[in-house]
Amino acid sequence: MLGKIKQGLKKTRENVFSKLNNVFSAHKKIDEDLLEEIEEILITGDVGVDTTMEIIEHLRQQAKRQKAESPEDLQKILKEELSRQLLAPPEESVTHRPYVVLVVGVNGTGKTTSIAKLAHHYKQQGKNVLLAAADTFRAAAIEQLDIWAQRLGCEIIKHQPGADPAAVVFDALTAAKARNVDYVIIDTAGRLHTKVNLMSELSKIYRVIDKQIPGAPHEVILVIDAGNGQNAVNQAREFVKAVKVNSIFLTKLDGTARGGVVLSIKRQLGIPVKYIGLGEKMTDFELFNPQEFLEGLFAKE
Amino acid sequence: MLEELTSKLESTFRRLRGYGKLTEKNIADSLKEIRRALLEADVNYKVVKDFVASVQKKAVGEEVLRSVTPGQMIVKIVHDEMVRLLGGTTATLKTAGIPPTIIMLVGLQGSGKTTFAAKLAKYLQKKNRKPLLVAADVYRPAAIQQLKILGRSINVPVYEEGIGDPVKIAFNAISYARQHMLDTIILDTAGRLHIDEQMMEELVKIKKRIRPHEILFVADGMTGQDAVNTASQFAERLNFDGVVLTKMDGDARGGAALSIKAITGKPIKFMGVGEKLEDIEQFHPDRMASRILGMGDVVTLVEKA
Ligand SMILES: Nc1nc2c(ncn2[C@@H]2O[C@H](COP(=O)(O)OP(=O)(O)OP(=O)(O)O)[C@@H](O)[C@H]2O)c(=O)[nH]1
Ligand SMILES: Nc1nc2c(ncn2[C@@H]2O[C@H](COP(=O)(O)OP(=O)(O)OP(=O)(O)O)[C@@H](O)[C@H]2O)c(=O)[nH]1
Ligand SMILES: [Mg+2]
Ligand SMILES: [Mg+2]
Repeated sequence: MLGKIKQGLKKTRENVFSKLNNVFSAHKKIDEDLLEEIEEILITGDVGVDTTMEIIEHLRQQAKRQKAESPEDLQKILKEELSRQLLAPPEESVTHRPYVVLVVGVNGTGKTTSIAKLAHHYKQQGKNVLLAAADTFRAAAIEQLDIWAQRLGCEIIKHQPGADPAAVVFDALTAAKARNVDYVIIDTAGRLHTKVNLMSELSKIYRVIDKQIPGAPHEVILVIDAGNGQNAVNQAREFVKAVKVNSIFLTKLDGTARGGVVLSIKRQLGIPVKYIGLGEKMTDFELFNPQEFLEGLFAKE
Repeated sequence: MLEELTSKLESTFRRLRGYGKLTEKNIADSLKEIRRALLEADVNYKVVKDFVASVQKKAVGEEVLRSVTPGQMIVKIVHDEMVRLLGGTTATLKTAGIPPTIIMLVGLQGSGKTTFAAKLAKYLQKKNRKPLLVAADVYRPAAIQQLKILGRSINVPVYEEGIGDPVKIAFNAISYARQHMLDTIILDTAGRLHIDEQMMEELVKIKKRIRPHEILFVADGMTGQDAVNTASQFAERLNFDGVVLTKMDGDARGGAALSIKAITGKPIKFMGVGEKLEDIEQFHPDRMASRILGMGDVVTLVEKA
């Protein structure tokens, strides 16, 4: 597992954190030059100006307070600070059945593919999974999920293109209860967080779920493309308002994008990353583990 | 956040306009804020650095310091410099001397290639062209079906061979277009990472085989700092001709536009501004400059000053 995440995040590590390591070893003492280079690396990792400035300020203060002298001391402080910021609350035990998962996000982030990954993950634990094709809008979205359902060997509830997504969800939950499935994962159409109508459609879906199975959805996952920059903070803010997002699925980390914006999202909205996507196959998936993530990120080659 | 930044910048400019005479100190302070705004807009770090340096050079020039309204001058310099960087004038599509014109779309996963293929077909159809959509994404589940549905909705034929060899599909599409008197081929390719050697090589092969008149790099308008890495890799391998910036109907400031243009030198030709097929716009450097700077309209700001 550690091997795989290291492999998948190799690019990220090489780009940001081996750079960070290089920076620390290239400097003899803690000075403004060093801080500026750290700042550059964080900003080019999409961490964002505010969060970066805060981290730098923290480094500056802690270095003084702890009387840090060598760049290695500073590196340790940085690592602790980042782990603290990325820490997710302990996993809740899954006691509901069906456990309803709603997947949301802006267009093209990887929702449908990530659903296939999640379903595969659950299936490997011997659970049965039902998929709900509630993206009735995008061309061939239903077919796409259907192909995944076939590959996974799981059930799917789908309607015609253009049908009311809330109706699909209603049918899916009815079927899930009748067939006693463990997980229901609901695919929704991509939508920009600025589209008021589409966001209220999502709230409506949420209410339909809650009405049919009180307390559900048990998990709302926001899918964020690691390539996105600071706009992802706006995305998260609006999706939280509409559907009470619990966690983030950070996709496309197999590229060179660093996904540093999740630091800002965590800091500003408290939503942790829980899953990561490392490719287009259903097995290109990892549970996010900040400790492991950082170990991997800071590992020297 | 957007409003906050806008107002921050506006106050910077207001302050600048207020200065009777500019000193290097107050120019430096203002440039710091401009730098921050650009970074918040996801303009690449290095691009920002160069941009700020070049504005500074112009701003401390004799011309500004001696002008009666130095503040106005700086506002104008920032805006003009950005417009210049973004491409100055509006860029258009190339067409073939002898049809069919071949347009190839490339980019990362989920950037909006397939949707843009259909948008472009519709756009050209309105200009009395006869487009053919070609399904060369044989990997993504239901990618072909997606293009077929989009094609049908605008009455544009779609050439496909199912899950075949993308190079052959692209090549065969040319004779299909000739036979059916279709004058513009729009090739949809699978999304891929710039570091995926095998997949990048596939694009190079397609390019060699069909010699497109125009290769467009389709990029998500919400892209962050990584835009420069992906764009430069695609440019290096394919020497594409232009850029399409999608999903600009949201509140992304679109700093990627500046980064991509600055790094590759390729003009941005279109913007995607929605999921519907009519949601396509030509790219206007001046409007984009204002958007990145986070101002409704810099020009009116200058005029008000
Ligand atoms: N490299 C890489 N590609 C991914 C990953 N996750 C998804 N993709 C690709 O990204 C593209 C978009 O994925 P989808 O799952 O269709 O995204 P979506 O959010 O459902 O898109 P819409 O429903 O249109 O909003 C596809 O080409 C996927 O194969 C990932 O972790 N890494
Ligand atoms: N809001 C908005 N959505 C867009 C725009 N362009 C594309 N989309 C949406 O973005 C998602 C991805 O678009 P696609 O056209 O499938 O992207 P692609 O690049 O072909 O994806 P792959 O083939 O998987 O690499 C879909 O949900 C589209 O509807 C745009 O300009 N605005
Ligand atoms: Mg989808
Ligand atoms: Mg596509």
